[in-house]
Amino acid sequence: MFFWSIVLILIGIYSSYIFGKSRIKKLVYSTNLKPKSQYNYHAQYVLSWCLLPALIVYFSWAIFEEQIIQNLILDSFEYVEGAAYDDGLLLAEIRNVANNIDFSDGKSQEIINAAAQYKSLKLTSQISFYISIIIIMVLGSLYAVRKINIQFNAQDTIEKYIKYLLIFCSSIAVLTTIGIIFSLIFESFRFFSQVSLFEFLFSTEWYPFIPIREGQAAAEGSFGAVPIFAGTFLVMIVAMCVAAPIGLLTAIYLSEYASQKVRKTVKPLLEILAGIPTIVYGFFAFVTVAPFVKSFGQSIGIDASPTSALAAGLVMGVMIIPFISSLSDDVINSVPQSLREGSLGIGANKAETIKKVILPAALPGIVGAFLLAISRAIGETMIVVVAAGTAANLTANPFENVTTVTVQIVVALIGDQEFDNPRTLSAFALGLVLFVITLSLNVLALRIVKKYRERYE
Amino acid sequence: MVENNNTKISAKDVDVFYSEKQALNKISMDIKEKEVTALIGPSGCGKSTFLRCINRMNDLIEICKVTGSIKVDNEEIISSSTDVVSLRSKIGMVFQKPNPFPKSIFDNVAYGPSIHGLADTKSDLENIVITSLKKAGLYNEVKDRLNEPGTSLSGGQQQRLCIARAIAVNPEIILMDEPCSALDPIATAIIEELIDELRLNYTIIIVTHSMQQAARVSQKTCFFHLGELIESGETNKIFTNPDNTKTQDYITGRFG
Repeated sequence: MFFWSIVLILIGIYSSYIFGKSRIKKLVYSTNLKPKSQYNYHAQYVLSWCLLPALIVYFSWAIFEEQIIQNLILDSFEYVEGAAYDDGLLLAEIRNVANNIDFSDGKSQEIINAAAQYKSLKLTSQISFYISIIIIMVLGSLYAVRKINIQFNAQDTIEKYIKYLLIFCSSIAVLTTIGIIFSLIFESFRFFSQVSLFEFLFSTEWYPFIPIREGQAAAEGSFGAVPIFAGTFLVMIVAMCVAAPIGLLTAIYLSEYASQKVRKTVKPLLEILAGIPTIVYGFFAFVTVAPFVKSFGQSIGIDASPTSALAAGLVMGVMIIPFISSLSDDVINSVPQSLREGSLGIGANKAETIKKVILPAALPGIVGAFLLAISRAIGETMIVVVAAGTAANLTANPFENVTTVTVQIVVALIGDQEFDNPRTLSAFALGLVLFVITLSLNVLALRIVKKYRERYE
Repeated sequence: MVENNNTKISAKDVDVFYSEKQALNKISMDIKEKEVTALIGPSGCGKSTFLRCINRMNDLIEICKVTGSIKVDNEEIISSSTDVVSLRSKIGMVFQKPNPFPKSIFDNVAYGPSIHGLADTKSDLENIVITSLKKAGLYNEVKDRLNEPGTSLSGGQQQRLCIARAIAVNPEIILMDEPCSALDPIATAIIEELIDELRLNYTIIIVTHSMQQAARVSQKTCFFHLGELIESGETNKIFTNPDNTKTQDYITGRFG
């Protein structure tokens, strides 16, 4: 149905365009007047009146067709006395028989009957779909063509339609975000109806109990998120200890010391680092860095576990270097040349100029780059899953196993899970807290940037 | 050319190339101590380029190559062994667009003295800052708000702040690259008065587009055209009775 409806709609909009254009041309020819808008806008006007109703029909079919057919089937289904039915399973079975997927014998007569009905309903639906889409396109075009005349300002109308289209598109993004936030909040509420908020935020024990069968007592697990957030911040701090100095110094070298040629080569190379899939970093962390960290820990007399916060943090630091260096480089570059000349003209050398003039002027942007890198580090999952482990340890020792928020969300959601036990729901609560933290980080970043802007610009 | 004992800067056969393009062609001139020398000429004639040779500011442009000889106090400065930092501390520069640092008014002026270690104590530094602001004629306007950002001042005040910043390191020469082109007539008049006062202690070279300004503030005028020095001499003579017809045409407004 998809392919043929696309073909149909394309034919429809093409002919409506031609139709509209010939109509206005004819009008101009017969009246010998200058039309208010160009031919193309009239044609586009007819086209949009053909396309929009067609799309509405298409999507209402796509959304409601299956639902309506299913209801009709279930309504007329001949239930056998005494047998237990599950609507979902029943429908799946009927559909399989109808599509000849399931050839196993022993299908009862009522299923076969229902399958036949399903097939015929589907056919009727498709025929009526094609007929109604053709009718609606013709009607739409006819309506639009009737409105066309010399005085008609088609250009303004088209501009208005385009504006509506743009509003529609931008509202999709906004509404999706709002939807995500609400689903997070509602699922978190379900979680907090089973686990107290106080326990979640302040208890230091995280042993999410895994129910083996449905309905098993669930509150026996312990859901203290403190070790998870502590682990997240530990990994993040290790990562920033690596990335902040290296990234910033790289940016200073690239923007102030490197020649144009070096800059043009090195910057894209660095940005490749940002394009490496994070699971590859995770692999690198696990295979290369973690054993190194372990043996290093042993050599200085610390008992390091095979996966550790340090290994994950180091590799994550390498991952976010390009974020910091590339953004800071842009920011430093956008400091006006006149400030450099002013400082050098007084007899300051390059290092003094950078330290006392360039960096203070670029500070808001650099802070922004750092905060972006931090939220990237907090949201990173794969490296930590592979290299830091999944055990929720409350520790400040980077040589130990830790786990992070994102990792626990993954752990909570993989596998067969019932959506009413707190272990699964904990993913949403963790997600909500993570969201609140990154949101406040972003707000903080904006505040800082704004404050410095006011002072310096 | 006879070396005059109060010649401050002496340029000989200065050529400047931007990549392949020649911007200055065999410029030779002497600039006297404690005088204002104005460089005039149409846009793109090389007057700013010449100015920026004197404190080696052209070093910042990768493709720029300077040859020839410029001597400041009889010391060659177009050489790889020149100590650029000490040269620039001897030569202050004021730019076309006021460029105060994103710091407080006080810190803007204190910047030079503190990097050159001119003040031993905090009160020494304060003295330098206040004297410099007074010399730049700005002190009375800003004495109550030295801790406010330099960028909060008006354009004319910012430019005087930049002049204060330049004289805070005790330069002997001040280069001014169209210092008034971004300012209104009143701010311009204040700066011109200031230049007249500064002349008593500093050697000043000013690039300007305004011939009236050159006539008002300078004692010597040099006319540049298409990368060449057409004529230089007493400002009075250049503006009343120039030797070269091109100079005559330019100052009477026939071209440029």
